[in-house]
Amino acid sequence: MSDTQHFVEIRHARKNYGYIEVLKDISLNVERGQIVAIIGPSGSGKSTLLRAINDLDPLTEGEVWLDGVQVNKKLPHRQYEKHINQMREHVGMVFQHFNLFPHLTVRENVTMAPKLLKGISNEDANKLAEEQLAHVGLLDRIDYYPSRLSGGQKQRCAIARALAMKPKLMLFDEATSALDPELVEEVNLVMKKLAEEHMTMIIVTHEMDFAASVCDRVLFMDQGYVVEEGPPEVVFKNPKEERTRAFLRKHLGGAK
Amino acid sequence: MGLDFSVVPAWMDTILLGVLWTIAITVTAALLSFVGGILLAVIALYAPWIVRQPFRFFAWLFMGTPLLLQLFLIYFGLIQIGIDLPAFVAGFIGLGLHFAVYNSELIQTAIIAVDTGQMEAARTLGLSRTQALRKVVVPQAVRDVIPPIGNNMIALLKDSALVSVIGVTELTLSAQLAIGRTYRPFEFYLVAAVCYYVINLGMEAVLRRIERRIALSR
Repeated sequence: MSDTQHFVEIRHARKNYGYIEVLKDISLNVERGQIVAIIGPSGSGKSTLLRAINDLDPLTEGEVWLDGVQVNKKLPHRQYEKHINQMREHVGMVFQHFNLFPHLTVRENVTMAPKLLKGISNEDANKLAEEQLAHVGLLDRIDYYPSRLSGGQKQRCAIARALAMKPKLMLFDEATSALDPELVEEVNLVMKKLAEEHMTMIIVTHEMDFAASVCDRVLFMDQGYVVEEGPPEVVFKNPKEERTRAFLRKHLGGAK
Repeated sequence: MGLDFSVVPAWMDTILLGVLWTIAITVTAALLSFVGGILLAVIALYAPWIVRQPFRFFAWLFMGTPLLLQLFLIYFGLIQIGIDLPAFVAGFIGLGLHFAVYNSELIQTAIIAVDTGQMEAARTLGLSRTQALRKVVVPQAVRDVIPPIGNNMIALLKDSALVSVIGVTELTLSAQLAIGRTYRPFEFYLVAAVCYYVINLGMEAVLRRIERRIALSR
């Protein structure tokens, strides 16, 4: 069906908001089971890049491929909507502000999409919810509404909701940035667990320690470019670019 | 001559039948105004321009003219073009559409106020825009807007008296029938007022229950 060999492939991605160029010719390959962290100052385009992968923020130019299928194919509107909805079923996303559905219980948050899109029975949906919530350690809150959960619990529920669609790829957009410091660890543990299960993940993060301990590769972005990329040992310990060094001085040295 | 309520019991059947019709037209029109309000709100916000325009005209018509005139138009006017609706149906449609337009204004504001992250989260899971609206955005908007819609429904109950002029024998017309025979306007209008008050209490109780249920999920 295509000439891609990589699991996720971004080719010459560009994105403009009016005159402002947010992404400037970015290409990126991610292999199955790899975990890639994207770091960089705010406004560097890292969230935009992540959101381009499931076409939440469509690219101005360039291609995104997932598992041999182009995500942002040029199609007539109706066909495209159908295509992108199918693609998104395979790409889980976790947001900084959780975006749980407040009018649904934890269980319903997890089962809504599988029930609607895969037509699974109530019984199977309940089994799925229990399975996914046990996985993130939230089984005891299954019938709570999100308003009664802590930030960490909310984010773990959001992860379970995404996993319930059995995605091939998980995108994390600053999943722990809105959390109180003492709640960050419980979410990180869930993400580490996913890493051990060889889930392919692309993670936008401000947490250098987490990126260093979990990820196979780190991308440093600044002003719409990928300035530097490589294994965490190299990027964190021995960066080649001055901009990377300046950024890391602020975030590694100063922060803790 | 003072007040004499001794004539009332003989007419109680008529009055109670009037109460039932008032409840019937209020409940059915309320449902129409609720469902219609949601549809109108979604059309106003998401439909293409060409679809939106006729609905804008429709909304202007129902907000900008008296309800009484609208009832006349639907009941007497439509006959001329061959649509002969029973009085109850004409009243139900008139009341329901009139309040649908008001409800739609409330629901539109509430839909806009739902955080954009909700739509994004739903779309990310693979839901279409219509599915996301139906399952995620609209239910939240409706939930937020239940108290003010409740106020509209109380207004609807009171305005249901207007359908008496097109011949629906609801509470007000029933009272008038009794008055026509007994020449006791004060007594029967007071009885009708008490009946409206009681129906109102019932409606408020139902609304409070709904609001409490909603509050639990916050």
